[in-house]
Amino acid sequence: MATLTRDAQHVATERPTSRARKQPTWQSAVRYILLLVGAFVFLFPFYYMLIGSLQAEPDSTPAGAFPSPDNLTLHNYREIDQAIDLFRSLINSGIFTGGVICSTVVFGLLAGYALAQLEFRGRGMVFNAMLLIQVVPFQLLLIPLYVLIARNYGLADNYLGMILPFAINSTAVFIFRQYFLQLPKELFDAARIDGASELAILLRVAVPLVKPALLTAVLLTFIGPWNEFLWPFLITKEADMQPLAVSLANYMNAVAARAANPFGAILAGACVLAAPAVALFLVFQRHFVSTNLGSSVKG
Amino acid sequence: MSSVSAPRAKRWLPAWLGTQATLGPLFIAPYVIFLVAIFAYPLGFAIYMSFHDYFFTAPGAEVERPFVGFANYATVLADPAVRQSFANIAVFLVINVPLTVALSLVLATALNGAIRFRTFFRVSYYVPYITASVAVVGVWLFLFNSRGLVNTLLGPLAPDPSWLINERLAMPTIALYVTWKGLGFYILLYLAALQNVPKELYESASVDGAGRWRSFWAVTVPGVRPATILVVILSTITGANLFTEPYLLTGGGGPDGASSSPVLLMYQRGIEQGNPDIASAIGVILVIAILLVALIQRRLLDER
Repeated sequence: MATLTRDAQHVATERPTSRARKQPTWQSAVRYILLLVGAFVFLFPFYYMLIGSLQAEPDSTPAGAFPSPDNLTLHNYREIDQAIDLFRSLINSGIFTGGVICSTVVFGLLAGYALAQLEFRGRGMVFNAMLLIQVVPFQLLLIPLYVLIARNYGLADNYLGMILPFAINSTAVFIFRQYFLQLPKELFDAARIDGASELAILLRVAVPLVKPALLTAVLLTFIGPWNEFLWPFLITKEADMQPLAVSLANYMNAVAARAANPFGAILAGACVLAAPAVALFLVFQRHFVSTNLGSSVKG
Repeated sequence: MSSVSAPRAKRWLPAWLGTQATLGPLFIAPYVIFLVAIFAYPLGFAIYMSFHDYFFTAPGAEVERPFVGFANYATVLADPAVRQSFANIAVFLVINVPLTVALSLVLATALNGAIRFRTFFRVSYYVPYITASVAVVGVWLFLFNSRGLVNTLLGPLAPDPSWLINERLAMPTIALYVTWKGLGFYILLYLAALQNVPKELYESASVDGAGRWRSFWAVTVPGVRPATILVVILSTITGANLFTEPYLLTGGGGPDGASSSPVLLMYQRGIEQGNPDIASAIGVILVIAILLVALIQRRLLDER
């Protein structure tokens, strides 16, 4: 009752722009039920992944979703580790991802800065070509890239061969350009009048101001190579060069039938593969918001 | 503020190197080289291969690769497996694209008006998107296998043969999986678009007596049309490039090719069987088909 009167006062004093006033409670309830059903559908498989990876015996009855403590074990993690050498695979994934992130940050920053703040001939042409090229699907380039990188340059089973096709993430370049565009021109002109060289302006003025963009770009770039399956799968045949996504997929396709609890081992591997990406995005979720993504896609 | 007498920064580069006209091209050069080497040149190479009798050789070996005109394309178009894969991808898109647009718009609209737990919902929606497909495929195999949780819950209603080994259901199940996996990204796109719909439009709609449902159709849907075009085209392109899911979920496009995709065939024909010319021809046909479909979608959505 008390809350009701308070609400009424609240409504009376509030300006008519508020939509909360017009919204009956049942509509709000429908909204939250919809959102909760969505969240359940999106999150349940992840919960089930974790539970499944800890079960000693696979239990696919509804009761299996709430396992008893005596059916829980870390054995599946040991099994997948014996089958595909988790540590080695994680190192490979890390080198692949780290290489892509480093080269994207260095070359992407330079390109984004040049596209946004430097005046030079051909700038418009480069930007248009960059937009046009985004339309080319990677899958069409798959076969020629395989011929070039694996056959002609002999970079199969090589980190460089893995990294090259992803070396500069174009979305990151868009984000950098977008952020550099937002910086006021006067800032740069002032530094130039003070006699700072263009390089000094980039390193001392521009880069410190786009640190948030840096984090967003690194996060976006991370999920590409970390989750990529097709390309590293094509060019790595040696097991000790394969990133985790590839070795886990190979295990799923080939060895799974022979393991005592194939799903347990697969799900244990899946948890290890998913954990770093999920953890990063939980920690830095504020930097992965719609506006960044929207502006980057809109160009 | 900064007087003329202010100490000049040390010049450790010759003056001509420090100007915008020379530094601009220098800064952009690595990216341009990357675009040419990884996109433009291979694109030309793919088209070249598709018109020649191309095969793998040892590096440096000089062999003749004669021009064969449209022979590779003729082989591809006559191949029933290729035709089936294109039909499969059509089924996939008919399910995946409308479902993606509808669900992501509805969830984004609900999320946009929500005040409490926004962050929780937003994060939970994009968790599948940021997770490796290889990882979540494992759970879907566990959920949807013959004796999985889904069939256990359905009991006698469970399909026989089960989802992923059923000729009719394999492709729809994959389409459902891909929709689920990618939805978070499209929700974020719609959330950004919803910020641009003027609040006044909702107010005048409600002044005119429109309920939530009417104002959703009359204000929200037209207001986010540019985003809808983007979502439709992006999900079509992503869907047409399907590979990982049929490769892993249905053991390489099974049962009996019912869930094969053009990219899967490119891999099988090009790399497993060593016919990169055939694979390139499939790729070129696929890209032309995607561009045509995207063009038609754009026309249809822009007109209204």
